[in-house]
Amino acid sequence: MSEFEVELKNINKSFGDFKASRDINFGIKKGRLVGLLGPSGSGKTTILRMIAGLENPDSGDIFIGGERVNDVVAGKRGIGFVFQSYALFRHMTVFDNVAFGLTLLNKDKEFINKKVNELLELVGLAKFSHRYPAELSGGQRQRVAFARALAPEPKLLLLDEPFAAIDAKVRKELRQWLKTTINELGITSIFVTHDQDEAIEVADDIIITNKGRIEQVGTPADIYREPNTSFVAEFIGDSIRLDDISKFKGFDINEDNTSTEGIGGIIRPEFLEIAADESEASMPLGSEEGKVIATYFRGNNIQVDLEVKGEILHGWRSLEKKPLKRGDKALVFIHRIYSFKNNHTTILENRGKLKDSVII
Amino acid sequence: MKKDKLVRISLIFLAVSFIFIMLVLPLLLVAKEALAKGFAVYANSLTEGIAVKAMILTLEATVAAVLFNTIFGVASAWLLTKYDFKGKTFLASIIDLPFAISPVVAGLFFIMLFGRMSPLYPFLQAEHIKIVFAIPGIILATIFVTLPFITRELVPVMEAQGRDEEEAAASMGADGFTIFRKITLPNIKWALLYGVTLCTARAMGEFGAVSVVSGHIRGKTNTLPLHIEILYNEYNFTAAFAVASVLVIFAIIILIVRNYIEWRSKKKISAV
Amino acid sequence: MAASKKIIPGFRFSLGITMFYLSLLFIIPMLAFILYSSGMGMDKFISVVTDERILHGYYVSFLCAFVAAAVNGFFGIILSWVLVRYDFPGRKILDGLIDLPFALPTAVAGIALTTLYAETGWLGQIFHELGIKSAFSPLGITIALIFVGIPFVTRNVQPVLRDLQPEAEEAARLFGASEFTIFKKVIFPELLNPLLTGFALAFARGIGEYGSVVFIAGNTPFETEIAPLLIMTKLEQFDYEGAAAVAIVMMLLSFMVLLTINGYQRYRLKKEGIAV
Repeated sequence: MSEFEVELKNINKSFGDFKASRDINFGIKKGRLVGLLGPSGSGKTTILRMIAGLENPDSGDIFIGGERVNDVVAGKRGIGFVFQSYALFRHMTVFDNVAFGLTLLNKDKEFINKKVNELLELVGLAKFSHRYPAELSGGQRQRVAFARALAPEPKLLLLDEPFAAIDAKVRKELRQWLKTTINELGITSIFVTHDQDEAIEVADDIIITNKGRIEQVGTPADIYREPNTSFVAEFIGDSIRLDDISKFKGFDINEDNTSTEGIGGIIRPEFLEIAADESEASMPLGSEEGKVIATYFRGNNIQVDLEVKGEILHGWRSLEKKPLKRGDKALVFIHRIYSFKNNHTTILENRGKLKDSVII
Repeated sequence: MKKDKLVRISLIFLAVSFIFIMLVLPLLLVAKEALAKGFAVYANSLTEGIAVKAMILTLEATVAAVLFNTIFGVASAWLLTKYDFKGKTFLASIIDLPFAISPVVAGLFFIMLFGRMSPLYPFLQAEHIKIVFAIPGIILATIFVTLPFITRELVPVMEAQGRDEEEAAASMGADGFTIFRKITLPNIKWALLYGVTLCTARAMGEFGAVSVVSGHIRGKTNTLPLHIEILYNEYNFTAAFAVASVLVIFAIIILIVRNYIEWRSKKKISAV
Repeated sequence: MAASKKIIPGFRFSLGITMFYLSLLFIIPMLAFILYSSGMGMDKFISVVTDERILHGYYVSFLCAFVAAAVNGFFGIILSWVLVRYDFPGRKILDGLIDLPFALPTAVAGIALTTLYAETGWLGQIFHELGIKSAFSPLGITIALIFVGIPFVTRNVQPVLRDLQPEAEEAARLFGASEFTIFKKVIFPELLNPLLTGFALAFARGIGEYGSVVFIAGNTPFETEIAPLLIMTKLEQFDYEGAAAVAIVMMLLSFMVLLTINGYQRYRLKKEGIAV
């Protein structure tokens, strides 16, 4: 038996000339809630649909619960699928929608009633059982789709962009609800999203896809802190792309003492420490001089856009500190940069920081 | 603005007069001519043996065309909208082709297939099977002429509804028949009915194709439209218009049903 | 092959029904026709279709169908406009009546129109006093074809006009464009494609139409004989090859009409696609 509940091995899939999946390999452990994250067209939905049996891979093997399911039709794979459009049966009531999978299993009426009512209770729609999908809000429809997918007690729950069609306000609420509910049920689940915030907030593990390939697999924290590839570094979090990192103080050489000239990289806003003057700066010597271009009030902090050595960087500044305005000079200390080499990312800490700590 | 109002009134006037002259006047004329010699003659023209036989044959051909074309229409629309396969566009244009073929030419097809010059003819002759110049030919020609109607009504509706619901049902293990009956059919029933009324109207009134294959054997292979032609050519105008009035009534019923269906399906859409 | 597996069950079943039915009712009869016609020989074919009486039949069919489709194009736009943009008593009835030619058997339309436009008929009288022969003339044929073609343009244009976004019109109005300019520059270009589709369908239908025309035409050789009638005449003389020859050219004419207009629409779409 494999240690994985779901495993994909060497999966390839093309639609005409378009390569949707290139040599996909990954495994998902039982009970995990996994986010498939990537820009649109990166092949994430194709992966989900192949696991469900709604698409067939050109080559490679798919295992669910240790069993190869390539030749098993969608309906026999024991999966629950929540479609992006929800695909609710528009002429059936909420109750009949949720009961559909159970009637196919020829369960008796009493059992179906009990099970459907339980599920509607779980998703908080017990009062709506006689409504039609058209009479529900987006969030309610999503929960019906969720209950419908869960009704036949699948081993695996697949959700395609589950929050895409929902208002921003309800979305936040629904995310947390979905995370707690899935964790309580303990069902292995995979959801597809193009929204990094959503993936980071909801998923136990994230799989990042790009151009049909898998870029990185890991927990949200790992991926955020240690992006493997330049794509991941740029895609996850707020990032500022640089073509040449060697021009900044403290980043002229690599860890192995080779020159960083011509090497690109990424800076995140939280890597910047922006000081109004030397007295405010913690490391004035290692700081670059910058010019404030614009400031934006963002509620709990202020975003400051600066021009530093011809690059436009942005960082945050506390509301407590002296306000900066357009045209002001400022000192910017760059704590770290993700540098790229051969599509691989390494974290470079500012060398000035090391020296300073030695002095102290 | 005054000018706008003038434009508006003249356009409405133009549209209404056009429809009145082109469509309403002919209907009024049918009513007037049918009843020209009083109700007794009218009733007599309809209950006379040959007219009744023609009515029955028209009914048979219409029922057959609607029945078979419904099965074909549903199957082909399902095929064209629920799957991707090679040659799909080609198949769709083949299905549309009977629209571009004159009914007279369509009738000719069946003459060539089953008539005296056909390689099948000796066999049919030996087995005493009569197709052209007989009832089966009329039914075949009627089916041919109405072949694409239901498919054409269903395809855009099913295209717009997408495959999600069917895929969802399939992913839960439903078989094809269950998916069709429980998911697809309730979603397309108004479009299907709409197609059926179109098919009925055309089948009931088909003239050219049926005319070619019928051989005009009076009382035996005449449909109502052909019967009208014969009466008219015999200068029996009152009887011709009396029979015509029956078809006019059917046509109006079909129009009302069509409009009702359209109204119902729109109501459903606006509810969603 | 795994790749050819379909998600929704029933592919083979529906493919089977579709192909079986199409073959039986369409492909085989058409092949029989083609097979029979191909045995005719080029000489016979050419001698039939270049016969002056036949050529005149094509001419009448083609010309009358063209004029009728053009008239329907004009009124189709007006009807769609009136039905979509104006509200007036009886609008629903007017809308419902548009489909009448689809529902009314052509033979009924044929005898009704003939009586209506005969010299003694309600409308024929008026034409007669003006010295115009309406029934039993090309004018009569055209009138019958107008009747048959009424729904095509309207039913194609109407939904497009209904779904037109008002923003472009409003923008033009803010620039001070007159209503006529707005129609010409903003609305009409949007309606051109459905108009052409409707025109093509009415045109093709007109070329092949028989039932409604045969009564009103009068069927005088070199004057009011239409191509489908010539097929019937050939059949009545048991000249099956001649009928097939006439039919082939007629089919080619209809296909050419449909293809030409389809091609023009594609060209337009492509041009606009690049411009956008």
